[in-house]
Amino acid sequence: METHISIRNLNAHYQDQQALKNISLDIPKNQITVIIGPSGCGKTTLLKSMNRFLDLVSGTQISGDVLIDDESIYAPSVDVTEVRKKVGLLLQRPFPLPMSIYDNVAYGLRIHSMHTRGHSLDTAVQHYLEMAGLWDEVKDRLHAPAARLSVGQQQRLCLARGLAVEPEILLGDEPTSALDPLSALNIEKRLMALKEQYTIVLVTHILRQAKRLADYAVFMYLGEMVEHGPAQQVLENPQQERTRAYLEGEF
Amino acid sequence: MTNKLLLMPRASRPREVQFPSRRIIDRAGGHAFMMTTAFPLLIVILMIVALLVRTRPILESKPIGDLLLGQTWHPLRGEFGFYPFIIGTLWITLAAMLLAVPPCLLSAVFLAEYARPVIGAIMKPLLDLLAGIPSVVYGVWGLVAIVPWVQTIAAPASQQWLDFLPFFAVNNTTGYSILAGAIVLAVMVAPVIISVTYEVMQAVPDGLRESSLAVGATRWQTIKHVVVPKAAPGILIGIVLGFSRAFGETMAVLMVVGNVPRVPSSIFDPAYPLTALIANNYGEMLSIPLYDSALMGAALVLLMVVLIFNLASALLLQHILRRSQT
Amino acid sequence: MKRRFSRRYLEEKFFQALMGLSLLLVTGSLAGILLTVVIKGAPALTLDMITKTPQGGYYLGKEGGILNAIVGSLYLAGGGTILALIVSIPTVLGLNVYARGTRWADLVRLSLDLMWGTPSIVYGAFGFTLMLALGLKASLLAGIIVLGLLELPIMARAVDELIRMIPEELEESSFALGANRFETALFVILRQILPGLATAILLAFGRGIGDAASVLFTAGYTDRIPDSLMAPAASLPLAVFFQLNTPFPEVQQRAYAAALILTVIVLLTSLGSRWLAGRLGRYTIR
Ligand SMILES: Nc1ncnc2c1ncn2[C@@H]1O[C@H](COP(=O)(O)OP(=O)(O)OP(=O)(O)O)[C@@H](O)[C@H]1O
Ligand SMILES: [Mg+2]
Repeated sequence: METHISIRNLNAHYQDQQALKNISLDIPKNQITVIIGPSGCGKTTLLKSMNRFLDLVSGTQISGDVLIDDESIYAPSVDVTEVRKKVGLLLQRPFPLPMSIYDNVAYGLRIHSMHTRGHSLDTAVQHYLEMAGLWDEVKDRLHAPAARLSVGQQQRLCLARGLAVEPEILLGDEPTSALDPLSALNIEKRLMALKEQYTIVLVTHILRQAKRLADYAVFMYLGEMVEHGPAQQVLENPQQERTRAYLEGEF
Repeated sequence: MTNKLLLMPRASRPREVQFPSRRIIDRAGGHAFMMTTAFPLLIVILMIVALLVRTRPILESKPIGDLLLGQTWHPLRGEFGFYPFIIGTLWITLAAMLLAVPPCLLSAVFLAEYARPVIGAIMKPLLDLLAGIPSVVYGVWGLVAIVPWVQTIAAPASQQWLDFLPFFAVNNTTGYSILAGAIVLAVMVAPVIISVTYEVMQAVPDGLRESSLAVGATRWQTIKHVVVPKAAPGILIGIVLGFSRAFGETMAVLMVVGNVPRVPSSIFDPAYPLTALIANNYGEMLSIPLYDSALMGAALVLLMVVLIFNLASALLLQHILRRSQT
Repeated sequence: MKRRFSRRYLEEKFFQALMGLSLLLVTGSLAGILLTVVIKGAPALTLDMITKTPQGGYYLGKEGGILNAIVGSLYLAGGGTILALIVSIPTVLGLNVYARGTRWADLVRLSLDLMWGTPSIVYGAFGFTLMLALGLKASLLAGIIVLGLLELPIMARAVDELIRMIPEELEESSFALGANRFETALFVILRQILPGLATAILLAFGRGIGDAASVLFTAGYTDRIPDSLMAPAASLPLAVFFQLNTPFPEVQQRAYAAALILTVIVLLTSLGSRWLAGRLGRYTIR
């Protein structure tokens, strides 16, 4: 198993409170890693440490390190925008940018001037919309405002927008929690298909979803990482008492 | 537990005592409220009618084209050309907005997007406080600080470096100039524009920013492509509010623009806006024939511009909203 | 992932610098105004200025103060605020309770916007024509009426915003208790907006007391403290303006002092409204 993201002794403080306590974790390449744990245990914080989104919250302090392909993303010489290009993020609820469907997908390509390097913008947009499973539904109205799509479609659009900048890693913070069951399944299907090419890290509250998707699982509790390992083991046969209690619904 | 009220005879239960007047009060109150809502509309109509009536004598004795495009203002000889005043108002207002809008928008962006939240939370009430400072005070500042600055620093500098530009020629300025008026107005409308813009940018959901940052956009790219387009209708409102205030300002401008009824050709020339024309001559207007009618005509012109400008910006706003919402 | 000096990186830095400069420029200018008024006004500010009316030869630099203008301004703005309040509260309640969502409401709001944008000198001119038509002279009453008109849209719009921010459930729960629209408007909505209303009132008062162009025609100017509604009344903005226009440096000094007094009154009003809003805000449902 090849490690893609390596988290080393990571501590994160918000103004007055420690959200992550000395976390060390290796996330395997081209697999789906699922992070579970009760509300407020630091799942989102952990996820945001991997694309430097914690920088956006004023008053956070971070110690320790996160390495992607053995390169620290917190080193002073690193460009955060390059980190975020390499690490895509799917938010809890879709936020289509205030522009057309087409421009949403093309946004990142334009931002990074990627379309000038021999890509045709049109083919790229089509390609990523197809990857996100949205092409057939929108191909006739590419220039309609993205806000007109249904919420489920919007989330797939956000997926396409993230994929378009050619990341290697996809983070998802409960990406299906705002969706109806069918749309959620649709996203799950996409993620399953994408893990061939991407390393995927997902936060979810839905245990069955975790079991359906996870290759690797992490259980967190009150800012600590309690247990991690192959999904089979963590979700079916946990070693730690607290994990067992959570899986049996005691929290 | 039994409810004591329910055991009482029906007629004596307090809740059941129906004031027959309750419904009447509701109806009457409704009528009274609705009648007062007509008041603002009536005032607007009354203002237009009253000013029209007072302007009629001069409209009857002179063709409207001569009034609006006439270049000479000589009440004693019966010459009332509004053109220099209209142009003066336009110059000053436009120059003020050109000076005010870019730095105000940038300041608001800084406060909303870059500064720590505490700083925004301190600046916002401070700006609202400054927005309430009376215009004479801005005028005093203009007189004490800006007019001399224009005369001794800005004008010589412009003469040396910018003289070749069309609107920057300097011929013997006293400092009382369009530039001085525009600076005073720009600073006066700044708190309004910044405060409104800051507020609407704050209302843009963080998820939108995060969505843009997540694909690797820089902060400025996020602002340019996502935050500003999303906040555009609100920013437009802020600019319109600022424009209205600058356009209608009397005292602060009157104190620093020189009040010379000539068509200006440079920002270092003095000018004479319509508002100042009315304010400066109210005393003698009843002693010269048609003079009062002409000044009321000036007020009418101002009111008409406000009317058209408001309607136009309301339509523009609707257009933008329709395009961005759906 | 190394940082490269790409175009967008430079663009980011460039605009950050520009923003910093802009903020500095704007805040510097605003601070400059306050400083100017204080530096120029403080030396001439004596107890006489705020306790005496102009005595003989005042405008040549002799004895006296501007109590006439201070009191006149308070009367004018106070009266105008009361007038504006009397009209704007029922108007806005009518718009939001009885005429909610109708085209009539849109039309009235548009009229309020027009009034808001109307230059104060136009109110002055309009007030002047009214005075001529009614045979009135420049007086406290005329000034109050014109300031009332000027303040009406300011107050009405502020209150309108407040009412729109009330959660719909609050009104619905009042209706659910069997209250009719009138009772809801008076006892629920008005109670809910009370803190904001205090701010709106003081905001309008501040704008009224600072306005010169509208009272120039209508209130006149006098060295006496007005003793009836029909007497002319002096005002602070005009005191600043007239004294600045005299050729005597001593009198001009007093203009600066008057500007300082006016600024202090307006800032105190504004601060007071914040304090009051905080005090009254305790029972507001958020
Ligand atoms: N911006 C913030 N400022 C201060 N504290 C925060 C902030 N964001 C999160 N926290 C705190 O940090 C802890 C971890 O939060 P985090 O959002 O990572 O939890 P989570 O596991 O994602 O919870 P959930 O399942 O509810 O999304 C919580 O106790 C939370 O209160
Ligand atoms: Mg979370």
